Amino acid sequence: MNLNATLFAQMVVFFILSWFTMKFIWPPLMKALDDRAAKVADGLAAADRGRAEMAAAAKNAQVELAIARDEGQKRIAEAERRAQTIIEDAKRTATEEANRIIVSARGEADQMADRMRAELREQIAGIAIAGAEQILKREINPAVHADLLEQLKHEL
Amino acid sequence: MASEIVEGAAHHAPTPTEYIVHHLTHLSSGHQKGVVDFSVINVDTLFWSVTVGIIACLLMWLAARRATSGVPGRLQAFVEMVVEMVDDQSKAIIHGDRSYIAPLALTVFLWVVLMNAMDFLPVDLFATLFRWVGLESAIPYFRVVPTADLNGPLGMSLGVLAVVLYYNVKIKGVGGWIHELFTAPFGPWLAPFNLLLNLIEFIARTVSLGMRLWGNMYAGELLFLLIALLGSLATAFGFFGHVLAGTVWAIFHILIVVLQAFIFMMLTLVYIGQAHESH
Repeated sequence: MNLNATLFAQMVVFFILSWFTMKFIWPPLMKALDDRAAKVADGLAAADRGRAEMAAAAKNAQVELAIARDEGQKRIAEAERRAQTIIEDAKRTATEEANRIIVSARGEADQMADRMRAELREQIAGIAIAGAEQILKREINPAVHADLLEQLKHEL
Repeated sequence: MASEIVEGAAHHAPTPTEYIVHHLTHLSSGHQKGVVDFSVINVDTLFWSVTVGIIACLLMWLAARRATSGVPGRLQAFVEMVVEMVDDQSKAIIHGDRSYIAPLALTVFLWVVLMNAMDFLPVDLFATLFRWVGLESAIPYFRVVPTADLNGPLGMSLGVLAVVLYYNVKIKGVGGWIHELFTAPFGPWLAPFNLLLNLIEFIARTVSLGMRLWGNMYAGELLFLLIALLGSLATAFGFFGHVLAGTVWAIFHILIVVLQAFIFMMLTLVYIGQAHESH
């Protein structure tokens, strides 16, 4: 253990090296470290923000979906109601038409019956008159007894 | 520590004492007269501390030059790890401006680690190399561990002392610091004792800071020399003893190398931190 001038040389080297580190090594490294820390913090914040946005979007979609479902339900109900009305209408129209047809057919039938009846009456009257003619051949003068015959025809 | 003693084999094998003394002699600019002789300089210590210091700075500079805030490469990640460790420690210890102190601590740590790590080179490596290239007369002695030379650690602790004095004056002002020298810790009535105590404290810190590192590295180097001597017995016991003890001690020395560097850095920070606080 001998002390000599190496002591002071070492001291000078000590200061030169520490000066070099302070000047050229420490600042860029610290800057890189700080920048990275800031970057990481930013990234974490962005991730949080993204997560919140995603949750909001999911909630929004849920709401939209519910609205759409309601809307669809309403539409279906509406359509059903309309179909119901259309069916009712058709039913009613058909009934009315049928009634009308029935009524007109009945009227026609009645008319025809009337006509038949009138015809029959005439024929019966004719037959009756013919019968009576046969019977009364000479005694009845159609011209004299026309009023009587007419009255008889009405009573039939 | 792995090689055998071969030097002088042509003439006569050196005695263990000659071997140890040879390995503990510095390559110096002149003959040392007495324990303290400032006309002499240890060339080997200076060469290796400067070389290793440049390597440390270059390594950090390479990482710092390409430092990005993006995904770091391996070198950058490693340097950042060390930097962050030093920054955390200095943040915890020093309250105030750290723009010089933290880089200083980083330099001290990496520099001391690399200087200590020179101990892992085989103890006879350079002597053997110089003999091979015929330089053994030009470079008869060559010690490779700058921290195992008392001048190295003590020079650094003198540097730390200078920094501590600078910050004492900077933080407290000349008047404030002198006032503290005379009044702390026993109050103004015991001013001479206070001054004496403070001076002793400054000297003791500086000496112990340097001596602690030097002692550990010197002892480590000496043990490697003794283990190498064991190998030079050229017996089975010597061979296996050399291999076993060398392995164990080298592995344990990894811890000492880093630990002593860390202690040196931490004490540097603590002493500078104390300069920031008033008693």
